Amino acid sequence: MHEMGIANSVLESVRTEAQRFPGRHIYKVGVRIGELAGVDPDAMRFCFEALVRDTDLEPLALDVDYRPRRHACQACGQSFLPRLEDLTCPQCGGADSRFIEGDELELAYLEVEDGACAAGT
Amino acid sequence: MERVPLERKVLNENARIAAELRARFAEHNVLCLNLISSPGSGKTSLLERTLESFAPSERVAVLTGDIQTENDAMRLARFGFPVKQITTGGTCHLDARMIERALADWPLENMDLLLIENVGNLVCPSSYDLGEAAKIVVLSVAEGEDKPLKYPSIFFKSELLVLNKIDLLPYVPFDMAAAEANARKVHAEIEIVRVSCQTRDGLGGWLRWLQGKRRAGTAVAASSS
Repeated sequence: MHEMGIANSVLESVRTEAQRFPGRHIYKVGVRIGELAGVDPDAMRFCFEALVRDTDLEPLALDVDYRPRRHACQACGQSFLPRLEDLTCPQCGGADSRFIEGDELELAYLEVEDGACAAGT
Repeated sequence: MERVPLERKVLNENARIAAELRARFAEHNVLCLNLISSPGSGKTSLLERTLESFAPSERVAVLTGDIQTENDAMRLARFGFPVKQITTGGTCHLDARMIERALADWPLENMDLLLIENVGNLVCPSSYDLGEAAKIVVLSVAEGEDKPLKYPSIFFKSELLVLNKIDLLPYVPFDMAAAEANARKVHAEIEIVRVSCQTRDGLGGWLRWLQGKRRAGTAVAASSS
C-alpha cells in the first residue's frame, strides 16, 4: 500500500504548480496510471480524498486516466490490448509483439480557475 | 476554467534523485542491482550465497532494507564486505532518497558492485526507481506459479527472475513450466534462473548472469571513455 505516498506526491506537485497561478484555485488534477504502474486507482482515489479533506486545497478533484497495457505487432504494426492468455495480434495473427504503453504514472493536467489576466502577462 | 498541461512523472522528485544516482554509478563504473520479492522468498539467502562466492578483494557492497531490525545486515556482514541496513520505520519500499542518504559516507570510488535488497513486498518497490542498472525479482516455489499474473508490474520491470527454493519442489504443488510461462506472458524478454540457496543447486547460473552483467557494465564504460 503505497498509494498514500503517491497521492501525497500528486498534492505536492499541485501545491508547487499553484504558485504559478496566484489567487486562482485549482479544481482538478489529471493523472495517468498505467495497468503496469503498480498503483491501484481506487486506493489512489481513496488516499487522495483523505489527504485533501479539510485542507485549503478543497475542492480538488482527481481525474484518473487509466491506461491498459498496449502492444504493437512487430509484423503488421497494429496496436492492440493483449490478453495475457493470448498475445497474438488480432489483425494478422502474428505472435511477436512489443509493449508500447501501460506503465505510466504521470501528471497530465490541472484545471485552474480563470484568472483576470493570462499567466505570464 | 483553464486546462494546463503538465506532462511529467508523478514521482518527479524520486525520478530526479534516481537519475543523479544512475549518473554517479556510471561515472564510477558501479553496477547497481535492486533485488525485490515478497517477504521470505530468499533475497537475503541469495545474497549470502553470492557474497560467500566472492574473493575478499572483490569491491562489493550491500544495502538491505527492512521496516524494522538490523537482522539482515548482521547476517550479511559476516562475509566481510561493507553492509548497511536501511530501516524504513514502516515504509513498504525503498526510495531513491534513502539510497542517496545511505551512500553519503560510502565512497563509490571503492565499489564495483552495489547490491540493494529492497523491503519484502511485490507491489510497492516496483514504482520506485533507485538508479539501479536492473531490477531482479525473486520468487520462491513455495509461493505459487500465478504470482507473475497477480503482480505483473514487478515481473514486467525486472530483467531477471530468480526462482528460488527449488529444493522444495518435491513437497509443494508448484508448476515450474507454468510459472516461467506466466512470467514470459507479462514480460517476454525476462531471463530466468532456478536456484536453491540451501543445496546450492543452480547458483552457478545466477553467478554467471551476475558476472555477465558486470562484464557488460565494464564494456560499456570502456567504450564510452
